[in-house]
Amino acid sequence: MAARDHTRKLDFRHGRVELHHGGGGKAMAQLIEELFLPAFDNPWLRPLEDQARLQLAGGRMAMACDSHVVSPLFFPGGDIGSLSVHGTVNDVAMSGAQPLYLAAGFILEEGFPLAELRRIVESMARAAREAGVAVVTGDTKVVETGKADGVFITTTGVGMIPAGVEVGAAPRPGDKVLVSGPLGDHGVAILSVREGLSFETTIESDSAPLHELVAAMVAVVPTLRCLHDPTRGGLAATLNEITRRHGVGILLDETAIPIREPVRAACEFLGLDPLYSANEGKLVAICEAGQAGRLLAAMQGHPLGRQAAIVGEVVADSHGFVEMRTVFGGSRVVDWLSGEQLPRIC
Amino acid sequence: MKYIDEFRDGNLAREIAAAIHREVQPGRRYNLMEFCGGHTHAISRHGIEDLLPASVRLIHGPGCPVCVLPVGRLQMAIDLALGDDVILCSYGDMLRVPAHKEDSLLKARSRGADVRMIYSVDDALALARRHPERPVVFFAIGFETTTPPTAVAILQAAREGLKNFSVFCNHVLTPAAMLSILESAVLQCGAVQLDGFVGPAHVSTVIGSRPYEFVASDYHHPVVIAGFEPLDVMQSILMLIRQLNAGRAEVENEFTRAVSRDGNLKAQRLSADVLTQRDSFEWRGLGALPFSALEIRDEFADFDAERRFAMEPRAIADHKACECADVLRGLKHPRDCKVFATACTPDNPLGSCMVSSEGACAAHYLYGRFREARRETAGAD
Repeated sequence: MAARDHTRKLDFRHGRVELHHGGGGKAMAQLIEELFLPAFDNPWLRPLEDQARLQLAGGRMAMACDSHVVSPLFFPGGDIGSLSVHGTVNDVAMSGAQPLYLAAGFILEEGFPLAELRRIVESMARAAREAGVAVVTGDTKVVETGKADGVFITTTGVGMIPAGVEVGAAPRPGDKVLVSGPLGDHGVAILSVREGLSFETTIESDSAPLHELVAAMVAVVPTLRCLHDPTRGGLAATLNEITRRHGVGILLDETAIPIREPVRAACEFLGLDPLYSANEGKLVAICEAGQAGRLLAAMQGHPLGRQAAIVGEVVADSHGFVEMRTVFGGSRVVDWLSGEQLPRIC
Repeated sequence: MKYIDEFRDGNLAREIAAAIHREVQPGRRYNLMEFCGGHTHAISRHGIEDLLPASVRLIHGPGCPVCVLPVGRLQMAIDLALGDDVILCSYGDMLRVPAHKEDSLLKARSRGADVRMIYSVDDALALARRHPERPVVFFAIGFETTTPPTAVAILQAAREGLKNFSVFCNHVLTPAAMLSILESAVLQCGAVQLDGFVGPAHVSTVIGSRPYEFVASDYHHPVVIAGFEPLDVMQSILMLIRQLNAGRAEVENEFTRAVSRDGNLKAQRLSADVLTQRDSFEWRGLGALPFSALEIRDEFADFDAERRFAMEPRAIADHKACECADVLRGLKHPRDCKVFATACTPDNPLGSCMVSSEGACAAHYLYGRFREARRETAGAD
């Protein structure tokens, strides 16, 4: 590390973000050297250049970007730091790729406690380590008090798609729809701590990196028709995007859709539908009917897919409806969410 | 889930459905109005119509509080939110209802109005405590179910001396709306057939079953009070069919686990302490109905936003193409409205019935419209 003068160390107990921490001067360098660099430390970040220089093997790269504005910043089962890693890792992984590198952009609000910033950055670093990705470059800006809400984090990720893996083709009637586990946890976890809406629950966000589960899946079915993470808008939005894009319908079986009891209860109580509640550690896959059994077994063999289930199938329908046979024995549409169920969920 | 799954049992539903199929008389039609939006929602969400014989027709009634509020009252709330540094607190469904020139509380918020979505009037009280320097107004809507909490909030504010809290009161009364439906000219001249009512659930927990007795005694229509779970609705339909087959017209109570004849006397007393009947109130679709709504008593005038901010009444016609008024009176099914699912959708609603999930149009759009599409496709084939 370059020689430093005798500036006083950052006060991570009582200190706060000040405008000059994003000013490009000595204060910013100090924040990087005392916080970001030790947390994320890796050979690509260490030179502190304006960019990271990466050696990539030949093949196809997947790249995704995700901004995180979740409120509150800390919630049961995670925080904006871990979420900003998982969100982008999952977006990259939904191509079948193995995520490798992340870039992180921080927008900090003047006055934000440095202690909380450190908590977030360390959580982010831990999540990245656990996911096996490196945060190789970044950026920090500070805006005046009141112009942001604590911290916003944008992450961009890249990964490599293994040879032979080909995710994403038009689903055909008869294809099966699978989910990797109980739905709606993240949305309800956020809801439970949202100001003015607090209720007691044991539900934690399902925020988790899904690329290893995906790797296990593409190992048995390298030509998955669709792979998506049902984040905002939940399962309903994800399936409606698929049916609209491909001009097919989907028929769900309500009895097969895994939803935890407390999530059902909270949604029932608040008049919400868990199918619209966000997930941050679940995926939806569509595959040929003949491969569904193998795929399900592979998913259930991974810790993040233990409660995976086949929840429906693709049907011919020029209207693109997602329809559901209800537990009750009738049927209904599972439509797009209109309006906002809850803003700033991720 | 305890207390929920028992009332959504598919096997029991099939048994009741079989009983309904057995008991409907050939050649006879059964036109039943479910008064409440909660029933409308349950019917659509659980696909109840799929389980009924074609001769049983469900007519969606005016019991969706968001739907029956006339545009003028909503515009008054928007005007209030845009001025005077007010924090306006509203239930979520109200935020997207289109007002004058398709304005809405949500659009007012994007122009700088401080509009907060709340789940309970308690949240409004909490905001008032947190912002003593700013007027906090609760936009109160709803039938008798939501009325007692509003009354309690006003009493609480009075006790605490929360001088910045007030209520824009739009609470309406169910029996008056039922009377209006029964008295409507179209029903009288036979243009619309109505044979019986699936009676309100939560409203009845407060007011009891007694207030509907006039429907049976004076108008000879059976009423079966039903809970909001799908089995409740199925069972009440069976009970109505049995009454009609036997030529009976009585008020029966399927929702015995929550409703008594006299209702919740304490809640009634609390409401009566704070609120009193208005001489007349405008309903969307039903027009001005006498003694059909509540206003804040003079003793609590300080907490009455209408008086406190000298809110000017606004009379605003519905959108020209909107047929909510006919839908709310049971004259039209949502699919019969010219703009249903074309110009009017939940994302761009022209009328209130397309906003709340309890609204007949939104419920049908969100859960049931595939049936028409299927029918059309089948017809085209």
